[in-house]
Amino acid sequence: MAELSAGGEAGEARPVPFRGGGFRPGRARWAAPALFAALLILWEAGSRAGIVSALTLPKPSDVALTLWGLAKSGALLEHLVPSLTRFAVGSAMGVSAGIAVGVMIGLFTLARAGLAPLVSALFPIPKIALLPLFVIWFGIGEGSKYALIAFGAFTPTVVSTWGAVDNVDRTLIRMGQSFGMPWRDVVRKIVLPGALPGILSGLRVSLAISIILLVAAEMLGANRGIGAYILEAGALYDLEKLFAGVAILSVMGMATSALIGFLERRLLGWRN
Amino acid sequence: MELIAEGVSHRYGGTEVLRDVSLNVRAGEILCLVGPSGCGKSTLLRLLGGLEAPGAGRISTRGAPPEGCLNPLTFVFQDFALLPWRSVAGNVSLALEHHALPTAERARIVEDALRRTRLSDFAGALPRQISGGMKQRVAIARALAVEPAVMLLDEPLSALDAQTRELLMDDLVQLWARRPFTAVYVTHNLSEAVRLGDRVAVLSRRPGRVREMVEIGIPLAERRAEDPPLAAVERRLWEAMREEAMAADRELVDG
Repeated sequence: MAELSAGGEAGEARPVPFRGGGFRPGRARWAAPALFAALLILWEAGSRAGIVSALTLPKPSDVALTLWGLAKSGALLEHLVPSLTRFAVGSAMGVSAGIAVGVMIGLFTLARAGLAPLVSALFPIPKIALLPLFVIWFGIGEGSKYALIAFGAFTPTVVSTWGAVDNVDRTLIRMGQSFGMPWRDVVRKIVLPGALPGILSGLRVSLAISIILLVAAEMLGANRGIGAYILEAGALYDLEKLFAGVAILSVMGMATSALIGFLERRLLGWRN
Repeated sequence: MELIAEGVSHRYGGTEVLRDVSLNVRAGEILCLVGPSGCGKSTLLRLLGGLEAPGAGRISTRGAPPEGCLNPLTFVFQDFALLPWRSVAGNVSLALEHHALPTAERARIVEDALRRTRLSDFAGALPRQISGGMKQRVAIARALAVEPAVMLLDEPLSALDAQTRELLMDDLVQLWARRPFTAVYVTHNLSEAVRLGDRVAVLSRRPGRVREMVEIGIPLAERRAEDPPLAAVERRLWEAMREEAMAADRELVDG
């Protein structure tokens, strides 16, 4: 042994230091609520101490009271139901059309050559700018709102679906063909399930965009809905109401994200 | 059913992969294709199974497939090609679902295929839960389920470790002993070739041609890994391949 440790003071054993940690975020369910609560408490304390003026930021407790009043009077449902309907109908139309076009771009040469540049051209257009156009096409009622939300959800869904289809393992597709599976079955049983992880994660983006456009549409032409509520509160500089509306939107965002998380756990349990 | 290749040539872009390959696979035999890496043996297999179209030459079958055959030319892939979202039984059943079969009959075939590959206890497991050797047994079960006329095995053991490979080779021999099947078996491993092949075709380096066809006269069931006659055949194959492998090793991939 002595000749092996030539050069060093022989004998003493030093432990090999561990250096392989990190780069691997785990789960911590408590972190998000804790951070949230800490922020609220800080804010509330600041407001009460007079550091934060009620003119610039309302107290969280006042916002909560406003929300409570809104719920008790039934006005919350009056605004929430049309908003949720618009969100559901619009994004369902946009997402299903987006998945269909994305799969086509992923599978067919002509669709890719023709539609892919078109989607790239549509993607950067701020959809809100098109609302007047949609009002002319689909009327001032619900139609133009559905169209705006659908259009907003459509382009990101196409892009994520197309990428997801591209990423499906080609050996699996060849395997299906080698067993004589008809084209339809290859798509239904191999391509679509294989693309599902990518489609679902793209859905997170598409649905968030849908919520943004929902509010925009309601601000520009609706009597009821969260967007109209926020607009009215803003016009009157009623900050409690404004924040109450914004809080509802945040909850909607978290709820859709949780829904997708649930779908992922249900449908993609095979991953891990 | 016989599978015949006549004067098959193939190129990918400017690279000639196969040149004038002719061979026939006789009913009931296992034909092994060996050759240095990149010699086009996997390409030849895909051509034989119709997953690619030959640039020149003809691939044909002669005779009727066996009774109950649902997919005459059936592949077993090197990387298993199992759907990760389907259970073991679901993966086997995938090969049957597009055929008009009564549900009970389909269930019976799946069960039978799983029993033959000793997978019955794992019917509900997902691919990620089972070992590599078991995954390849699922792929073999899936291939057996359609009663192929010719099985096309593309380096089926190459993704597995040496011990698993040994076990799976025994499995293949036993499967063959119980119910002989016709197969083309692509491998770069000469000991696999002499253990499983009735005949071994040695391909030259790219562009691949059939350099030698070696008949192994010993019945499959009587072969042991260290048999002197088998070792002699293996040596002879290696002699034939050595030069080609060395030359192939010095080539640039795109040269």
